[in-house]
Amino acid sequence: MPLPSTLTPIATNTLSSATASVTFSNLPQGYTDLVVVINGSTTVDENYLLRFNSDTGSNYSDTRITGNGTSAASERASNATYIRFTAGTHTNTGVFIVNIQNYSNSTTYKTILSRHNIAASNVGAYVGLWRNTNAITTITIFTSSTTITSGSTFTIYGVKAA
Amino acid sequence: MASISLKYKSKQGSLTAPGDVDPGAMIPIATVTVGSGGASSIEFSSIPQSYEHLQIRGLGRSTIADTNDFAIIKFNSDSGANYTYHYLRGDGTSASAQGSGYGTSDYLRSAGFISGANATAQVFGTTIIDILDYTNTNKLKTIRTLTGKDANSNNADGRVYLFSMLWGSTSAITTITLTTQANWAQYSSFALYGVKRAGA
Repeated sequence: MPLPSTLTPIATNTLSSATASVTFSNLPQGYTDLVVVINGSTTVDENYLLRFNSDTGSNYSDTRITGNGTSAASERASNATYIRFTAGTHTNTGVFIVNIQNYSNSTTYKTILSRHNIAASNVGAYVGLWRNTNAITTITIFTSSTTITSGSTFTIYGVKAA
Repeated sequence: MASISLKYKSKQGSLTAPGDVDPGAMIPIATVTVGSGGASSIEFSSIPQSYEHLQIRGLGRSTIADTNDFAIIKFNSDSGANYTYHYLRGDGTSASAQGSGYGTSDYLRSAGFISGANATAQVFGTTIIDILDYTNTNKLKTIRTLTGKDANSNNADGRVYLFSMLWGSTSAITTITLTTQANWAQYSSFALYGVKRAGA
């Protein structure tokens, strides 16, 4: 009898052209956590941003630490309309891994833990909060005014606990 | 040049029946979710020794009369001064780093930055702990942790940490105990996963 699968690919999107946003919708609710893995860049240097369930209200916040090869820094955004999960020079390709913990429970606010690595620029770690107890059914990744570069890849996995 | 084909290495050797599927490399072992009465500790015992690495993923909140608390991890119930750590921390204003020589795990508190009882009720800290080569009896055990809590506030209640921790023992890890400086609060939940080695 096979063991249960834990890290399951749900969807992958490889951009065939520059795109303003990437959305994963109708997310299955049978997992414990979600992991989004991104390998990509933007056409103009801007952060990747994140929203849940199309909520555009000021219900997000994040705290981050970054290092650029010379110094380390930390910043916070409160009452924001999105979660930042990257920093640095985004015209260089980077790897971004976003962990969305307990995304389907209806008890807690939703928290993400994220790492980013842009080898030509900097590295960073993030914690982000969405002040909402709703289950996450839609994830939208976008930039504030530019586009995500063609060829960027986005894969979302489900992680299922015992 | 030596080479090895990886084509079938992610498959189980016993996958023969038509309904069998490759379970992948990460296997759920156990989950603990704290009930309404709280819990003094969360323990994973009799951990299978058949994986290469372990990962713990969870969210937590303690009953301490404070806004923040830290999760504490012990291996094989070792309460001695056999743990060391280093961390990198961002609190929204500045970055800082700290390290310590051998101390007790109770003192080092490096398994997660979590909420205390005075935090907003729905805010939990989250943590992802990787425990590498946990069965190897020739190495001291190293773990790394990505953890954080954000509280939509402009003080140090929002922090993100990168921890590295060493357990100065070559014993295989068979039991993992997670505690706080008080008790675990309801809805705290931690899941243990095994990461398979190639060919397993």
